[in-house]
Amino acid sequence: MRNRPRVAIHKFSSCDGCQLAFLNLGEALLTAAELVEFVHFAEAGPVAPDEKVDIAFVEGSLSTPHELERIRQVRANSTYLVTIGACATSGGVQALRNMADAGQWVAGIYAQPQYIESLATVSPIAQHVPVDLELWGCPVTSRQIVAAIRALLFGVLPVEENDKVCLECKRRQQVCVMVSKGEPCMGPVTRTGCGALCPSFGRDCYGCFGPAENPNTTALSRRFAGLGLLPEQVAQRFLFINNAAPAFHAAGLKAREDSHD
Amino acid sequence: MTEPPFLFLPRECFQALLATLAGQGFHCKGPQLHDGSIVYAELAEASQLPRGVRDRQAPGEYRIETGADARCFAWANGAQGLKPYLFAPQEVLWQAERHADHTQFHETLPQARPIAFIGARACDLAALALQDAHFLQQDYVDPYYARRRENLFIVAVDCSHPAATCFCASTGDGPAASAGYDIALAELEEGYVARAGSARGQGVLEQLALDPASAAQQDSATRQHQQAVSAQTRRLPSRNLHDVLFAQLEHPRWEEVAERCLSCGNCTSVCPTCFCHHELEQPQLDGTRSDHVREWDSCFTQGHSYIHGIVVRSETKFRYRQWLTHKLGSWHEQYGRSGCVGCGRCLTWCPVGIDLTEEVAAICGDANE
Amino acid sequence: MNNPYLPWEAEVVERVQESDSIFTLRLRLTDPEARNHYRFVPGQFNMVYLYGVGEVAISIVSDPESEALLDHTIRAVGRVTHGLAKLQAGERVGIRGPFGRGWPMPLAEGRDVFIVTGGLGCAPVVGVINYVLARRTRFGRVCIVQGVKHAEDMIWRERYAEWSAHPDVQVLLAAEHGGVLWPWHVGLATELFDQAVIEPSRTIVMMCGPEGMMRAAARGLMQRGIAPEEIYLSMERNMQCGVGHCGHCQFGGSFICRNGPVYRYSEVRELLGVKGF
Repeated sequence: MRNRPRVAIHKFSSCDGCQLAFLNLGEALLTAAELVEFVHFAEAGPVAPDEKVDIAFVEGSLSTPHELERIRQVRANSTYLVTIGACATSGGVQALRNMADAGQWVAGIYAQPQYIESLATVSPIAQHVPVDLELWGCPVTSRQIVAAIRALLFGVLPVEENDKVCLECKRRQQVCVMVSKGEPCMGPVTRTGCGALCPSFGRDCYGCFGPAENPNTTALSRRFAGLGLLPEQVAQRFLFINNAAPAFHAAGLKAREDSHD
Repeated sequence: MTEPPFLFLPRECFQALLATLAGQGFHCKGPQLHDGSIVYAELAEASQLPRGVRDRQAPGEYRIETGADARCFAWANGAQGLKPYLFAPQEVLWQAERHADHTQFHETLPQARPIAFIGARACDLAALALQDAHFLQQDYVDPYYARRRENLFIVAVDCSHPAATCFCASTGDGPAASAGYDIALAELEEGYVARAGSARGQGVLEQLALDPASAAQQDSATRQHQQAVSAQTRRLPSRNLHDVLFAQLEHPRWEEVAERCLSCGNCTSVCPTCFCHHELEQPQLDGTRSDHVREWDSCFTQGHSYIHGIVVRSETKFRYRQWLTHKLGSWHEQYGRSGCVGCGRCLTWCPVGIDLTEEVAAICGDANE
Repeated sequence: MNNPYLPWEAEVVERVQESDSIFTLRLRLTDPEARNHYRFVPGQFNMVYLYGVGEVAISIVSDPESEALLDHTIRAVGRVTHGLAKLQAGERVGIRGPFGRGWPMPLAEGRDVFIVTGGLGCAPVVGVINYVLARRTRFGRVCIVQGVKHAEDMIWRERYAEWSAHPDVQVLLAAEHGGVLWPWHVGLATELFDQAVIEPSRTIVMMCGPEGMMRAAARGLMQRGIAPEEIYLSMERNMQCGVGHCGHCQFGGSFICRNGPVYRYSEVRELLGVKGF
């Protein structure tokens, strides 16, 4: 990398929430701006989407034909491509349409559906171009962003955080909501990184950081059923923000199959 | 040494005990009811104690029930005992500071705030002895643990209401505190039968100027203890399971438990003797300083057995087997006893309720005889 | 209190590229007092710290009596080692150590030394080879057997030639997949044991490499009359603290970082190469 690496932040199909992880850095954003040059960051000002950069942070999933072209250009223009958030990394909540008839949805919602150009299925970035680093979360946290920038500046990749949320939850001495309240918590199959945020407010994790390594979704589904969830309710635990992440996708479909038995 | 005398601490004098400890510079930590569980937190007032509270525990389940009685220690335990107060879940070990031509390292030992831990159970004390053996009594002393341990004052309370998940009687670690405390209490309806376990403890009790416990009070305490022993239905074989476990490395049960196990690490996190931790780096964004941090890890993670591109324990069955063969087998070689103190936390706080005693029975064949 | 977790600063004195992915960092502790107190034996390791990135356990391959320069031969394979690979002379790192139990060098004096290495992980025995050859007259015959999977995994071909030029030093090489430019044995390292000119009754063995290979080698050597208690090997696991606290390298009844990494074969034979331990 050059002395002051050039950075672009690209938006695809998304809610813009992950870019906020940069804006929410506060004072650290000024430090970041001294360390790297934000060449393209529409939400904050600079617009130069076609510039060559050292690091491209990509938010959002690929859901239109135009986005497929754009992502190839982004890839060609960047040394490191880093996906930020559930949409870019697993397809996001909008990938739910992959399990439905997207054309029918469009026809049912828009008065003039012919103006809507969207692909039948939504995909994560890595399905179309090589990705160097994936940051999970809905949204990603500022801590993840800082760790990624800092590691890349040191010339290494950041540590992959793939442990389960439970470990972080226990380190924070939270009382387990599943064991103490019977809540259907996704923590035991979900990737850490959020700081066990939901359990610290007494509610169940809903899996927004996607699957952890070695997730035993079968055992957790069985446990959810034991807590009184109907098969479709179990399916919805998995088919949510990271519904297209393979481990969650398979678990959700499996639960749906059970509901048809 | 002659047996220390049994004294009686009336219930309304518990506050005086806290005040005496505070007067000696201790920050009291004690059990309270929070978020549907017994947790240990800053304890300034005796009124913060979980009065009338009972815990109902089963594998994978913990529920609190509240009654009208005055007892404050009529529950077995919560997810955490003493461990987090000595072996911190996360702490900075040192900081590296980068300068133009050199790098400096600064150790960041914890500021020692003397703690008086109120309500330690016999299982917690047995676990403490094992954590001491691990962190303090080997070739290398862990200065972070040592710093916190130095000033720890322990008020143990004999367990009168073991949970259905408890099996400390079978491991020989409870339910009454037998060593490792400064003061031990047995809670009765009207107050506490107190005994000192150290000179420090004796000093505190003397300051309280208590009357001796009556013979009837001592009898009640003894009866209560016997009931707590016989109330325990689960058990672990008290013999050394090393050889039998290592003879069963290919037992089909490892596969079966792996189908249920989430490899989430809740068992190891609540285990009062588990000591695994990993180290990680938290550099400041500007690159001028980096915190070297350690935090609790678990043998149920992928990272635990990672070496240069290989994961030694990629599958859950290997992780569970590693945990059990170490805890109940190799611990004997390393620490002269099993690593299980019978607190039952790994049963209760396992989200899917895997029962260690049941797994041992299946693998070793004769656990619940 | 002495804090075993706290690194000392060290300077990169020299960096040598050994192969595409293998390099050697020659380090010197910057604190003169620390340098004077630092003593190690071959087979021990240091925790080498890369600023802001983390620590990694690296075997010390230099001579314990050399002038306070500590050589670490490293393969760039993970985050930290890839980062270490980018260091240049003059840059600073951290060092903690030396840790663990090294090779039994005093026991090896006056005896035939049989060294078996496999795969890419031969750094722990390179220190031994250098040590023995620098004190050649204090040892009997030396036989070095190295096995690799692919011919191109064999680094330091020149060094093997150099080693075999010493008196009474035999170097035997094997590759499972040889190829046209491979003049040596095609097959397993254990198949070369019969060619070794050693006297079993006066031989001490030191091994490192994949556990399956070490197990097979130990069996082969015992069949040739070498007593199991004369076979030593170096083990490898995730190591983070180096002092037997963090638990990652727990192996049966020991912590490899503290009780090992060098063991008598008899101490580890039961779990050696057992998947999942």
